[in-house]
Amino acid sequence: MSFLQNARKLLEQNIREYGMYIALFVIMTIFTITTKGTFISSRNIVNLVNQTGYIAVLAVGMTLVIVIRHIDLSVGFLGGFLGAVAAIAMVQWHLPVYLAIPLTLILGILAGLIIAFLVAQMKIPAFVATLAGWLIYRGAILVVTEKTGTIVIPDKTFNALGNGFIPDIPDIGILPGVHKLTLIIGVIAIILLILSEINSRKKKQAYNFEVLPIEMFVIKLVFTSALIGGITWLLAGYQGLSWTAVIVLMVVLIYNFVATQTVLGRHIYAVGGNPEAAELSGINVKKITYIVFGSMGMLTGLAGMLFASRLQSATTTAGQLWELDAIAATFIGGVSPAGGIGKVTGSIIGALVMLSLTSGMNLMGIGISYQYMARGAVLAAAVIFDVATRNRAH
Amino acid sequence: MNNTPILEMKKITKEFPGVKALNNVSFQVKEGEIHCLVGENGAGKSTLMKVLSGVYPHGEYTGDIIFGGKTQNFRGIGDSEKVGIAIIYQELALIPEMTVYENIFLGHEIKKGSIIDWNETIKRAGEMLKKVKLNVNLAEKVKDLGVGKRQLIEIAKALSKDVKLLILDEPTAALNEDDSENLLNLLRDLKTHGVTCVLISHKLKEVIKIADTVTVLRDGQTICTLDARKGEVSENVLIKHMVGREINNIYPKRETRQIGEVVLNVENWNAYDPNLGRSILKDVSFHVNKGEIVGLAGLMGSGRTELALSIFGNPAGYHINGEISMLGSKKRFRHPEDAISAGVAYVTEDRKGNGLILIQDVKQNITIANLKEIAIRSIVNDNAEVKVANEYKVSLNIKTPNVEQIVSNLSGGNQQKVSVGKWLFVKPNLLILDEPTRGIDVGAKYEIYTIMTKLVEQGMSIIMISSELSEILGMSDRIYVVSAGKIAGELAILDATQEKIMQLATNY
Repeated sequence: MSFLQNARKLLEQNIREYGMYIALFVIMTIFTITTKGTFISSRNIVNLVNQTGYIAVLAVGMTLVIVIRHIDLSVGFLGGFLGAVAAIAMVQWHLPVYLAIPLTLILGILAGLIIAFLVAQMKIPAFVATLAGWLIYRGAILVVTEKTGTIVIPDKTFNALGNGFIPDIPDIGILPGVHKLTLIIGVIAIILLILSEINSRKKKQAYNFEVLPIEMFVIKLVFTSALIGGITWLLAGYQGLSWTAVIVLMVVLIYNFVATQTVLGRHIYAVGGNPEAAELSGINVKKITYIVFGSMGMLTGLAGMLFASRLQSATTTAGQLWELDAIAATFIGGVSPAGGIGKVTGSIIGALVMLSLTSGMNLMGIGISYQYMARGAVLAAAVIFDVATRNRAH
Repeated sequence: MNNTPILEMKKITKEFPGVKALNNVSFQVKEGEIHCLVGENGAGKSTLMKVLSGVYPHGEYTGDIIFGGKTQNFRGIGDSEKVGIAIIYQELALIPEMTVYENIFLGHEIKKGSIIDWNETIKRAGEMLKKVKLNVNLAEKVKDLGVGKRQLIEIAKALSKDVKLLILDEPTAALNEDDSENLLNLLRDLKTHGVTCVLISHKLKEVIKIADTVTVLRDGQTICTLDARKGEVSENVLIKHMVGREINNIYPKRETRQIGEVVLNVENWNAYDPNLGRSILKDVSFHVNKGEIVGLAGLMGSGRTELALSIFGNPAGYHINGEISMLGSKKRFRHPEDAISAGVAYVTEDRKGNGLILIQDVKQNITIANLKEIAIRSIVNDNAEVKVANEYKVSLNIKTPNVEQIVSNLSGGNQQKVSVGKWLFVKPNLLILDEPTRGIDVGAKYEIYTIMTKLVEQGMSIIMISSELSEILGMSDRIYVVSAGKIAGELAILDATQEKIMQLATNY
């Protein structure tokens, strides 16, 4: 088979997955041109990530919720509420930050377990149960911020989550103005990626399984390495990796690993694919429901804190429309509304698409009304593309 | 009856990416006959009917369809219905939450102006039910009716549209013997009223009973058309044409028969279904020995599946009392997980509904019930998974290009093999097979029987639930007959006959 044929086959087999990356690339290119380069500037990209990391975190949790055929509408205001709780814990109860953060995460898990109880035990549709949660947490935010209004958070460590950057190694005279630790991390990431890909290829060959033709394999490696390298260079040119970026990356890596490599992940996708068959295969569907909603609650707590930290305060309006942004990101990222199908990494790309649109249009000075319409159109187009390619595969 | 064809399909070819599902098929149905279409799964029967009904519109296939003397170019189901072709699928297309009369006229409501005339609807629905000889309350919801009655309502619905050609896809697959007989009589009756029938069926006895003409398809080609009235049709002839070889032994011979100690013992087992609000199993006691196949015979709805489910960790949440012991020690299974770890496996009756995860691939389906076997510290070893799946692909002869194939793309027989493979991978002592050969073709059936034989020879115990009496008699070492939630009797294989089983099964 010739090189071109190989490339075509690879593209056709993975058109759905690559489609998203191509779409993101096109959107970013268009904005880079229309904003004369401002969009792709280090500063803008870093800001983009910091301002919207909380949506990415929510989208990761939402992916698994939708995979097991449920939905969670309560995450927006629950996130806002938990952000306020974290603020109150530090400001009014004078808890140190290293207690306030785990406390908030645990409360998030509890909130998720309550939803799971309603869904798994009481058999209430998740749409209804979480709609009730949506209303309750909306009220709860108002209650806790009633007296004080906006709660300003003075804690520097906490505020660094949304605004700070990882420290740099001391200046040794080379590459002035570049964040060297970020560069080092990027290089390490590339090396690890290449090593793990080669290792996995070797293992497959040891089993006599089919592997990518060598030239395709090399191209794939070069391409992904270049991508990571490019992003690293961009970030290093400003202030380096932000803590938000580090947190989002960690969440994505951990969740992607759990979803694709572990027994728990397999069980989650089996429940989404066919709950009855999963139950009869010895999988405890209720337990999976608790785990998935519990994790969603924890990530909601994390998202709430990222947002509060970014604003350095808890506000009465925090949480508005977060759930819909997160849900839109998952659908753009190829998660099937029918359950059982969808990747965590896809949802992150979906979130990036949504956020790039907002940021790009803001830079271009497009009004908010048209921004909503454009985002709606992209959501519809993404799902149409997804359905069309899925049908073709059958 | 006359000899003019009501339908001619000429040189139909339909291709899917990579497969020629139909290759130059010709199919001719004469007016007023009952024409059976037989063939193994994947032979192209369903595809042919989908071409005919317009599911695959004109242009997606090549060839001609001539119906009622005119060349037809259907663009959708609506077009074929308009000229009088109705298809009744295996999966019934009724709306469970609607009443009988609403269902019958759904999609072609009787209207006065633009408002539905309910009085006329109810009157006409009553007439239709009389035609199909069904006596139910018209205002009953379809979900409250059994599958046999639903089938008749589907036919009533077709008749209400003034159907000329009625196509039934495996109509008796889910029916018990009485309901099946009933349905066949109805088809004969419709024939005298001038309705032409095409019947797709795997049950060859039924085909021989009712067919005027039989067309055999194999690998997307017409093999032959036989005239039953001239005595050209017999089971052996049909099987020969369907598989392209002669199968003399439908049931494989067992080399050794070593029956060992008691593996499963169930005592005074009672179950109450809180959803139905009635007791479904009463004082059931039975046992299974090592290395034996125990047949659970009985009519549909007699409680066989419920018995299996209640033993297998009770996922349906029945209220249970009674005792189970395995290999002599008492057990309580609170969840299928417990049953599986005690060495019980259950291959469900409904592969698509609760057996397989259709959107996942072959390897994922095979390993899902025993992931810990291929995982180290809860991390799944993908390569080991492919290796395991390939082993079952070879040993069970699963016909799939590779184990990364999505299961919904496989034929029924191969899906069943995946299902069996999944449960063999949990390395059970006791394998419960619920209707293991339902809806799969003769060749695949034989393979499933061979696998069962090998397993018991290796010392496994099998409980086989089946509605096919010949299968029960051909495969079992011992038979329990279940009737109305009770064990109506136990038969040693040497004493068992079809008549004895039916007598016990219908003895309420």
